Amino acid sequence: MIEGFIALYIFMLAAFTGYEIIGRVPAILHTPLMSGSNFVHGIVLVGAMVALGTAETVLAQVIGFLGVVLGAGNAAGGYVVTERMLEMFKSSKEDA
Amino acid sequence: MEAILAWEHIGTVVNAAYFVAAFLFILGLKRMSSPKTARVGILWAGAGMVVATLVTFVHPKLAGEVTNTNYILMLLAIAIGGIPAWISGRKVPMTDMPQMVALYNGMGGGAAACIAAVVLYGGGEQYTTTIMVLAVLGGIIGAVAFSGSLIAFAKLQGLITKTWRFPGQNFLNMALMAVIAVAGAQVVLASGDAGMAVITTFFVMALILGVTITVPIGGADMPVVISLYNALTGLAVAFEGFVIDNAAMIIAGTVVGAAGTMLTQLMANAMNRPLSNVLFGAFGSAEEGAPGEEGGTMKEIQASDAGVMMAYAEKVIVVPGYGMAVAQAQHKVWELCKMLIEKGVDVKFAIHPVAGRMPGHMNVLLAEAGVPYDHIYDLDEINSEFEKADVSLVIGANDVVNPVARTNPDSPIYGMPILNADKAKNVIVVKRGQGTGFSGIQNALFTLDNTQMLYGDGQEVANKLLQTVKEY
Repeated sequence: MIEGFIALYIFMLAAFTGYEIIGRVPAILHTPLMSGSNFVHGIVLVGAMVALGTAETVLAQVIGFLGVVLGAGNAAGGYVVTERMLEMFKSSKEDA
Repeated sequence: MEAILAWEHIGTVVNAAYFVAAFLFILGLKRMSSPKTARVGILWAGAGMVVATLVTFVHPKLAGEVTNTNYILMLLAIAIGGIPAWISGRKVPMTDMPQMVALYNGMGGGAAACIAAVVLYGGGEQYTTTIMVLAVLGGIIGAVAFSGSLIAFAKLQGLITKTWRFPGQNFLNMALMAVIAVAGAQVVLASGDAGMAVITTFFVMALILGVTITVPIGGADMPVVISLYNALTGLAVAFEGFVIDNAAMIIAGTVVGAAGTMLTQLMANAMNRPLSNVLFGAFGSAEEGAPGEEGGTMKEIQASDAGVMMAYAEKVIVVPGYGMAVAQAQHKVWELCKMLIEKGVDVKFAIHPVAGRMPGHMNVLLAEAGVPYDHIYDLDEINSEFEKADVSLVIGANDVVNPVARTNPDSPIYGMPILNADKAKNVIVVKRGQGTGFSGIQNALFTLDNTQMLYGDGQEVANKLLQTVKEY
C-alpha cells in the first residue's frame, strides 16, 4: 500500500515531470505529443485488468470487462496512431 | 506458506515491471518532444505498455482469487477492444487523426470510470475516506471525459453537425454538477452502503454532464477541448491508480494530466482564447454578427498567370490550411514547391499553430506528403519574412490569415495571432468558392489590392500551377 504522503510526493513529482516535458516543445509536435500522451494513459488497461480479475459478482465482471475493452482500445489505438504520425517526421538530410 | 512466499516474490517482480514501464513512459514522452528522437520515443513508450500489461496477468491481487472465467474474459476483452482499435488506427486517413485521438481518449476515460464503478458498486468498507473521495473524483472525471470525447469525435467525424445552444445552458451544467456533488458526497459518506440507485445516478449524471458541456462547443474550438479531455483522462487514471494501489497508473496518469494541461494552455494561447471562453462562451454567436468590413471586390487570377508569377519570384511562402488537406492537395503542392526550388526559388511553408484541426496537425499532413520539416516554419519564425516575399500562396487557409484579427477590435477573432500573408508583394488565394472560414467571418485579405483569387479545387489548381512552372 502506498502511504498517504508518499503518494502525494509521487503525485507532485510526476506533475512537475509532465510540465517539464511539454515546456519547450515546438508546435509541430503538439499533435503527435497529444496523441502520445493519449497513448500513455492507456495504462488504465492494467487497472481494469485487475478490476476484472478480482471481480466476484456478475455486475463487477460486466463493468470490469467493459473497462478492459475500453482500456485496450485506448492503448492499441493510441499507439498505432502516434506511431503513424511520428513515422513521417524526417528532415531533408535523411533519405526517405 | 511456500505459495505465499512465491506470490510475494511475484509482487516484487510486478512492481519492478511497473517501475520500468513508468520510466519508459517518461523517457518516451521526453523523446517525443523533439522531432529528431520522436520516432524512437513512441517505441519506448510502447515497450513500457507491453511490459506492464504482461506482468499484470500475474498481479498478486489476482493470486488465488482469479477464476479461469475471469482470465478468459480478460483475454477476450483485450482482443475485442484492442484489435478493432489497432485496425482502425492503421486505416484512418491522416486528415481524420484528431477525431481518432478523441475516440481513443474517450475509451481511456471510460475505462477509468469503470474501475471507479467496480470499486464503488463493490462496497467501500475496506477503503479509507481519502480513497473513496479519489474513487469518486476519478469516476466523475473519467465519465465526463468519456461522453465528452465521444461527442467531440462525433462532431469532427461529421456525425453531429449542429451546435446546440440555449439560454440556460450554463445553469443546466451547474445544476448537473450540484446533483453529482451531492450523490458523490453520499457515496463517500455512506462508505459502501450508498446503494445502487445513488451510485447509478452519480454515474449517469456525470455522463450527461460530459454531453451537455461538449455539445455547445463549436468545431473550431474542438482541438482545445480534446486536449483538455486528454488531460482529464490522465488525471482520472492517476486517481484510480491511487484507489487500486497501482504506481504505474499514478505516475503515467499524473504525467499525462500535467502535460495535457500545459498543452491545452499552449493551444488556447495560440488561438488567443482563454479556456473559460472556450468552455462557457459562445464563439459561434458572432456568426450572425458583424460581417466585417466588406465592400472591396475580389480579383480573379488564372492558374497560368499565377504560375508564371511564382516561377519568376525569388521568395515564395506557402500558407496551407485544412482546405488543402481536404482536397488532398498536399502532395501536388509539394511537387510544385520542389519544382520551384529546382528553379532557384526560395520556398517556405508557414504554419499557423492551429492550422488543420489540431495544433501541429498541418505539420503531420505536410510530413505525410514528404515535406521535410526544415522547410516548415512557425508563425513566430516566419512572420517577419512575409514583407520580403514576392508571393504568398494561401491554399485552403482562411481565418488564420485574416487581417481583421490585427485591425478590427469588433471582430470575434480580434487579437488572435495570424500569419501576415497580406504583407507579401502578391497574395494568391486558392479557394473553392467565395464562402467564409470555419468561424464564419468575412476575410478582409481577399479584397486587398495585392490579393488575387484563384478559384478551383486545391489539387487541380496545384496541378495546373505545376504544369505552368514546368514550362518556364
